[in-house]
Amino acid sequence: MSEGILVSQPVPASGETRRLNPVVRLLGRTLTVRRGQIGLALLALAVVAAVAGPHLAPFGVDDFVGAPFQPPDGSSLFGTDNLGRDVFSRALAGGGGLLWMSAGATLIAMVFGTAIGLIAGQSRGRLDGLLMRAMDVILAFPERVLVLLCVAIAGAGGLLLMVSVGLVFMPAIARASRAVTLDVAHKEFVQYAEAIGMPRRQILMREILPNILTPLMVEAGFRLTWAMGLIAGINFLGFGVQPPTADWGMMINENRDGLLFQPWAVGLPIICIGFVIFGANLLADAVARAAARIEG
Amino acid sequence: MKVVDVRHLRVELIDTGTAIVDDVSFAVNEGEILGIVGESGSGKTTAALCLMGYTRAGARIAGGEILVDGRDVTTLEGAALQAFRGKVVAYVPQDPSAALNPRMRIGEQVAEALRAHEPKLSRGEISRRITEAFADVSLPADRGFLRRFPFELSGGQKQRVCIATVFLLRPRVVVLDEPTTGLDVVTQSTVLETTARLCRTHRVAALYVSHDLAVVSNLADKTMVMKNGRIVEEGAPRQLFHAPRHDYTRALVAATPHIDGPLARVAGDIQANEPKPVLSIRDVAASHGDFQVLHSISFDVMPGECLALVGESGSGKTTLSRLLIGLHRSATGTISFQGENLAFDARQRSEAQKRRMQYIFQSPYGALNNRHTIADIIATPLRLFENGPSAELHAKVKRAMDAVSLPAKAADRYPSDLSGGERQRVAIARALVLKPDMLICDEITSALDVSVQASIVSLLQEVQRTENLAMVFVTHNLALVRSIAHRTAVLQYGRLVELGETGQVIDRPGNDYTRKLVEHSPRFVEAA
Repeated sequence: MSEGILVSQPVPASGETRRLNPVVRLLGRTLTVRRGQIGLALLALAVVAAVAGPHLAPFGVDDFVGAPFQPPDGSSLFGTDNLGRDVFSRALAGGGGLLWMSAGATLIAMVFGTAIGLIAGQSRGRLDGLLMRAMDVILAFPERVLVLLCVAIAGAGGLLLMVSVGLVFMPAIARASRAVTLDVAHKEFVQYAEAIGMPRRQILMREILPNILTPLMVEAGFRLTWAMGLIAGINFLGFGVQPPTADWGMMINENRDGLLFQPWAVGLPIICIGFVIFGANLLADAVARAAARIEG
Repeated sequence: MKVVDVRHLRVELIDTGTAIVDDVSFAVNEGEILGIVGESGSGKTTAALCLMGYTRAGARIAGGEILVDGRDVTTLEGAALQAFRGKVVAYVPQDPSAALNPRMRIGEQVAEALRAHEPKLSRGEISRRITEAFADVSLPADRGFLRRFPFELSGGQKQRVCIATVFLLRPRVVVLDEPTTGLDVVTQSTVLETTARLCRTHRVAALYVSHDLAVVSNLADKTMVMKNGRIVEEGAPRQLFHAPRHDYTRALVAATPHIDGPLARVAGDIQANEPKPVLSIRDVAASHGDFQVLHSISFDVMPGECLALVGESGSGKTTLSRLLIGLHRSATGTISFQGENLAFDARQRSEAQKRRMQYIFQSPYGALNNRHTIADIIATPLRLFENGPSAELHAKVKRAMDAVSLPAKAADRYPSDLSGGERQRVAIARALVLKPDMLICDEITSALDVSVQASIVSLLQEVQRTENLAMVFVTHNLALVRSIAHRTAVLQYGRLVELGETGQVIDRPGNDYTRKLVEHSPRFVEAA
């Protein structure tokens, strides 16, 4: 863009006159990508099923509607489970927990991870070393083992599972956040803020955070996918939500004895988990592509 | 003999069909240098790169003929085009650091280029050719040097490696895209001299793209001036710079700071009866780690005075300016500002001190946060230091924008919507909104076009006059100093080697180093 001497050029017209909050802008862009649309549709379907499912279900989750492991027939669409409960009704109700737990775990990981990464990356001193070595200790354990360790110590339960998955994912986010912070923190506009004595909190929140949100959203998208897989797996093992709650992961475990003569009792929750993770993954991928397009 | 013959060249954007180069025709003979001058966005680089059959993504060559050595470049494709690039038309980029692979030794990189075009050369032949080419650009070709990595070379050495690589292949045409922009004056003049000599001795036709009129006037046999994708004027440099016919050329020439020009009447008066300096530096030394960058620097700045700090890259001038604003903390000595001691660490300075001294960064691209609107950016210091009502804040921002001639509608824009010059105006507005007593400007015009540079300098002069600001103006451009500074301080290797009235320092330098700087500053060719 040139600024002539003879002609004083007006401020160039920009494509986007009003720029939105970076997160909103990123999500907007995401939805222009085909895989983002599909991913969001799948997730939306799962959310609708989780919210409205119990009301639409032909039976209650704990109702005994027939003999154990009955194959599909006229009254129950996908047959019955190991205790004679309706598989379809339980599958409709069984996704809500997984969805909110993985969303919650991602949120916990994002909030704490971003904060730690920001502080570490901007201070760059002893605090940086201390925080990041603490993160390294967490990273040294395999994710699944560490989550199992947490629930083994604190006891099984949905809320605990969510918090421990969040904490286990936190170091990876902290690393990503620190890396992008390092990049932004030496930019001149941050130096300017330091020179005029802007308080550190304000430098972090006002100057740096808006500039690192886009890459962090990409990280968040993938963390959501992994959280789903991890949480479903722990529920399968029986360390998460407890019976008689309906949950996809736990349903697979409960019904695996009948796999040969009533495959739907295992198959339906597997298909559900597959679809939700597929949807989340598509969405995460779309976020990454949109981010790459925005950042150039 | 005509090597390059371009007729009615047109390059347009594929999406919109907008022409970025339109109806451009030129010819270059063997051993001749054609200078292409223009501001950013004038299409000068686009036109020059067409010689290699290249356009940037999203653009295409839409019309015209490009004949190089009798072949039409636009018809070349695939392997033929690949062989043509480098071998027939070669390219020297603007930034040598970006052109060299940082993980490859110099010798390998140069040999790679040669092998790509002449795969049958023996090892001995390759090293003989490299030795020759390096000797041409006055670089040593011993094993030790060839085994170095690019980061172990200075900017000037890197650019000479690029030039050697290009001439190694003995091309017919060389396209040089502002190859000296990042170099300081002394290095620049050796690189230019080398280029000119090589073109003449190897009978190579050259296109020299630049925004620096003085450089082109010395180097080129003929020159064309471009604006908005068209040629506005062409001719011999002498005629072009001393008797420009087109208004635009005239304005460009006028905007170029002139080292031999009359000493401009510098704005603002130093109050002679004011005995107290606003800033006083005594015996200041600074280091980066173990390396001492500044040695025992002492000087004063009077109220309303503009002091220029001049030196080559590595002279410590930027460190000194960062130290003044409190961003370089490992230093010794004393600084006093308005009679009070000034801490080296910005965090230990009083609020008043931070308010009264403001800083403008070199690059207007990094200095503004792209996530905030212009109004927000200018209001940042106000929010920090004055918690006034928002109406008052808006009024102050508005006034600051007026003072730097930014249109009111820019307030809701983001930095990325603005040009470099406009961004620098925003940075100046942000510095002035608190009504400081002292302004430190770190090479604030070096990232800008000549004409934009002129407008920024005149803006600063005006501001200095109306606000009675004291100013430290850091630059490597001696010619610019003439039009803005009352006094000039020259730094070499972190030592103050000369300090005096600007006119005296430039016209009667009292120091060998200053004399060298003045001699190597680009000048317009003498009028015939």
